[in-house]
Amino acid sequence: MMPRLVPKQTVNSYMIWLSPVIAVLLTLVFGMLLFMLMGQPPIKAITSFFITPLQDLYGVSEWLVKASPLIMIAIGLALGFRANVWNIGAEGQLVLGALAGGAFAVYFPVSENVLMLPAMLIAGVLGGMFWAAIPAYLKTHFNCNEILTSLMLTYVAALLLSTLIHGPWRDPGGYNFPESVLFPAVGSVPILWTGTRLHLGAAATLLVVVVAWVMLSRLLIGFQIKVAGQAPRAAQYAGVDANKIAWFVLLLSGGLAGLAGIIEVAGPIGQLLPTISPGYGFTAIIVAFLGRLHPVGIVLAGLVLALSYLGGENAQIELGMPQGVAGVFQGMLLFFLLACDVLVNYRVEFGTRVAKMG
Amino acid sequence: MEFVVPILLTVISAATPLLLAALGELVTEKSGVLNLGIEGMMLMGAVTGFAATVTTGSATVGILCALLAGVMCALLFGFLTLTLMANQVASGLALTLFGVGLSALVGHGFVGQQVTRLPSINLPGLSDLPVIGPILFSHDLLVYLSVAMVFVVAWFVYKTRSGLVLRAVGESHDAAHALGYSVIRVRYLAVMFGGAMSGLAGAFLSLSYTPLWSENMTSGRGWIALALVVFAAWRPGRLLLGAYLFGGIMILQLHAQGFGVRVPSQVLSMLPYLVTIIALMVISHGRNRVSAAAPANLAKPFRAPV
Repeated sequence: MMPRLVPKQTVNSYMIWLSPVIAVLLTLVFGMLLFMLMGQPPIKAITSFFITPLQDLYGVSEWLVKASPLIMIAIGLALGFRANVWNIGAEGQLVLGALAGGAFAVYFPVSENVLMLPAMLIAGVLGGMFWAAIPAYLKTHFNCNEILTSLMLTYVAALLLSTLIHGPWRDPGGYNFPESVLFPAVGSVPILWTGTRLHLGAAATLLVVVVAWVMLSRLLIGFQIKVAGQAPRAAQYAGVDANKIAWFVLLLSGGLAGLAGIIEVAGPIGQLLPTISPGYGFTAIIVAFLGRLHPVGIVLAGLVLALSYLGGENAQIELGMPQGVAGVFQGMLLFFLLACDVLVNYRVEFGTRVAKMG
Repeated sequence: MEFVVPILLTVISAATPLLLAALGELVTEKSGVLNLGIEGMMLMGAVTGFAATVTTGSATVGILCALLAGVMCALLFGFLTLTLMANQVASGLALTLFGVGLSALVGHGFVGQQVTRLPSINLPGLSDLPVIGPILFSHDLLVYLSVAMVFVVAWFVYKTRSGLVLRAVGESHDAAHALGYSVIRVRYLAVMFGGAMSGLAGAFLSLSYTPLWSENMTSGRGWIALALVVFAAWRPGRLLLGAYLFGGIMILQLHAQGFGVRVPSQVLSMLPYLVTIIALMVISHGRNRVSAAAPANLAKPFRAPV
């Protein structure tokens, strides 16, 4: 008896939301197996990964600090994915945002002008947009695949950051370390919760979530994005300009990634470093999928994946596990999610084939 | 003339992993499957090949293990996209993210270790020729294999009946199915071949190019290989040309300093990525649109009608 997949007549809406939950549970089970293979006591390892980090308020605040950029970037990417536009280069757009905004702090390190932070945030958004405009231009004018171009630009962005902080942007008083100066107080994102690193960026993320939700469910552009992705031919007949949609979602996702980037360096990090993101731009892809490309789902998914970073760090400290563990969990989660999603559109049937009418 | 030989040798070294991985992806894409997981499969190949060589002391075992690791990754991808009909773009990305993480985890204990570089296979007589000998006939197995595979793949795809079936499946899976070919089986085989070649490409990196393991050592080569397939318009011959062209660009940073070029090394390191973008731009534009050469059913899932 071979199991077969039979398409469902109607898509169960509950399965759409159940699938991520099953995927998370499967990841936990297989994660325990993985820990066993690595010679770690599985229960202790899982506890150290997912529970210990959240036992005090500081841990919770760090959790939100990590979830915030993931959610912000994923919101932008999800809009693109809905329109069938695959921006894979959010990591590079994040770096460009950090560079464009960080330039103010590097060139005016002793400034006391209160307009500096707003200027930095705007520059960060524009920097990310600029980096996403390149694949948008190449897609709409040269028919270039945005997956490849946006990804190539991620490597270029990382090298650009490296060039700058090893060269002209290196802190002159920094003992030759490849780091910029520490950002001045007027160029730092205010802390929301004293005693922690939780910053105003988290509030900005919430705002982005609400705006995205309104846009997707209430505004014409949100509808156009959905139609362009699900039924490109219908969209064309309805007069939706596919190029315009591609530009819109790429600029939007680039801008949000840039904003997340400048908030990271002007917030928790406080300066430009050789590495300013532990792969938020890539992990946000998983967040978008796990969150069903829906703003509310993305918030929950962002919290789940932020925990994988936090747990990875904790497991590194407590159990001496290598850093790659978090990445394995994240990849595994996306695998399970994609596998579970088959149950949204199909049901599994056992037994012999029965001829059906109609 | 003396400086030309080492430069050409480094070009060949830099081109080989690109060529191996891109040839595998070419066959995969000919069957209508887009596997964006090359980077992940290469990394798994690199770490497995290295770990197996260190553990057993045999490079042959290492290469075989790398190949196997690539195939296993490809099977995972195949199960998701072919059996479960998951989105190919998302599954490929998942494979890359997973491969990056898992290879770092597996390779954790092997960082800092070294292996002896794959031995070069000298051909009696030919290798002793001046200039030509060292350039063409003093390479390791994987370099010879990469070039030989160009001809094998070209012959297979265009001159054999199986190659015709492969192309039919990629161009129109419905027609191929109607003719009685198993679309899913053909695609599984093509995906596995792609995985094997990516695994070998990874093994070349960790056993020959730089005989050590470091996290993320592929540094985007898997993605460049993907772009090369587009650049080559899905033709093996042009792939050879493209891989060597890109190999040449990748080694510029090694030699530019020697020639007194005063540019930060990072700027030179950007070149392969920038050139990839420019190449895609040129090739995708205008009347001779490359998209016309793409297999018509690329990245489209297939489900046999019940």
